[in-house]
Amino acid sequence: MSLAAITRATLAKDLRLEWRSKDAINSMLFFALLVVVVFSFSFDPNAEESRQIAGGLVWVAFLFAAVVALNQTWARELRNQVLDAFRVAPAPANSLFLAKALGNFVFVCVLEALMTPLFVVFYKLRALGPAWQLIPVAVLGTWALVVNGTFFAAMSIRTRRREIMLPLLLFPISIPAILAMVNATTAILTGELSAWFWFVLLATYDVVFTIACLLLFETVLHAE
Amino acid sequence: MSARLFSTSSAASSIFTLTPFFTSTSVTSIPAAPTNSAVVIITDLVKQFGRFAALRGVTAEFAPGRLYAILGDNGAGKTTLLRALAGLTRPTRGTVLMLRTTNLRAVCKQVGYMAHSSLLYDEMSGMENLRYFARLYGIEEGQRCEMVLSAVGLEPGLTRAVGQYSQGMRQRMSLARAILHDPQILLLDEPFSNVDMGSAREMVNLLARMRDAGKTIFVVTHQSALLESAADEFVRMEAGQITSRTPHLRTAEAR
Repeated sequence: MSLAAITRATLAKDLRLEWRSKDAINSMLFFALLVVVVFSFSFDPNAEESRQIAGGLVWVAFLFAAVVALNQTWARELRNQVLDAFRVAPAPANSLFLAKALGNFVFVCVLEALMTPLFVVFYKLRALGPAWQLIPVAVLGTWALVVNGTFFAAMSIRTRRREIMLPLLLFPISIPAILAMVNATTAILTGELSAWFWFVLLATYDVVFTIACLLLFETVLHAE
Repeated sequence: MSARLFSTSSAASSIFTLTPFFTSTSVTSIPAAPTNSAVVIITDLVKQFGRFAALRGVTAEFAPGRLYAILGDNGAGKTTLLRALAGLTRPTRGTVLMLRTTNLRAVCKQVGYMAHSSLLYDEMSGMENLRYFARLYGIEEGQRCEMVLSAVGLEPGLTRAVGQYSQGMRQRMSLARAILHDPQILLLDEPFSNVDMGSAREMVNLLARMRDAGKTIFVVTHQSALLESAADEFVRMEAGQITSRTPHLRTAEAR
């Protein structure tokens, strides 16, 4: 059975389970909404200040919300020890990783699509640079978060305090990606600088960490 | 439901005719000494969890086409042994040779594993679960899932989520998942727990038929009496070691 076919089957299964339970998406939405509202009460920036700080606010909100979902990614596989059923099956380990990462990517993209209009309204945002460039920033940035997040969530599933362990592992290694996402977003919103360098950094980060995670995931899956 | 449990008719029997190795019926129920044709050879198997040794140098051979009941008190190492055979636990020392290879990943398609937990998604129906696992094993034919469900006495059309099944139904569903891919070796950990006596007997009959069809079956159980007539050998474990192997339950229980 091919990697693509099992990845598709696992992704479809995960999306179906999420559609029925709505565990991840509800937690993420609620959390991100709280961040938007609390931040909007905490700061009262004018339009120019908003452009300067929005990149950081948006990505911090999405990062924390994504962690909520990432923590639940593997919880479903631990319930009834279903992960063992996958481990004894002849399916390639990478298909499970890819399906989980793609599933998380979909969930976080849905969150971003729903929350971005709220950010625009609450912070009176209007991009002075090419706004369409926010789309590749979102795609590359989201993948950077979920690919590492999925991997480190898998690493921490057997630890006693996995909810704490995941951010401890994920945040430090995500610093280059977060820096690139925030700076690219700010550059586009203010229109002062080119975001090109940050695009290249994000794309490189994505490629390097996707390959590293794929190479190491089988070891993580079968670790005791 | 109970009236159609484990029907021996069409669906139940036909699952044994899908692959060539199921067709062999030459297996005798008389226990024999281990031979060179052993399907599982365990050599000096040790598994330590920190300072606790769950397995302490287990050495044994198991012949094909036989049903082995593994008995022992809690903590004797039965589950750890089964997990080591399934490739889920890496031994601290020693080897497991299964179907002539120590690379258990290479033969995982020939091994079925049923654990204490159901290894099923509670939010999906029985058929949805089986269809997903069928894909993991590269099983394309859609009828296979229906046949396996019927064989364990479950209604293929049941749309209820597995989380809403009774404990007995979950056990049967779990067995269905373990036998879905026609494994040559079946590892079952407490398959009869929380199952009513009638259903447990039907499960035993199903396992006996599978054994007669050439399967090698390991059943870890505390309900050894259920297997008195079906098991070829009773393997007793104590403190991480195999202490006796006998074809008679009474001998196995007399410690």
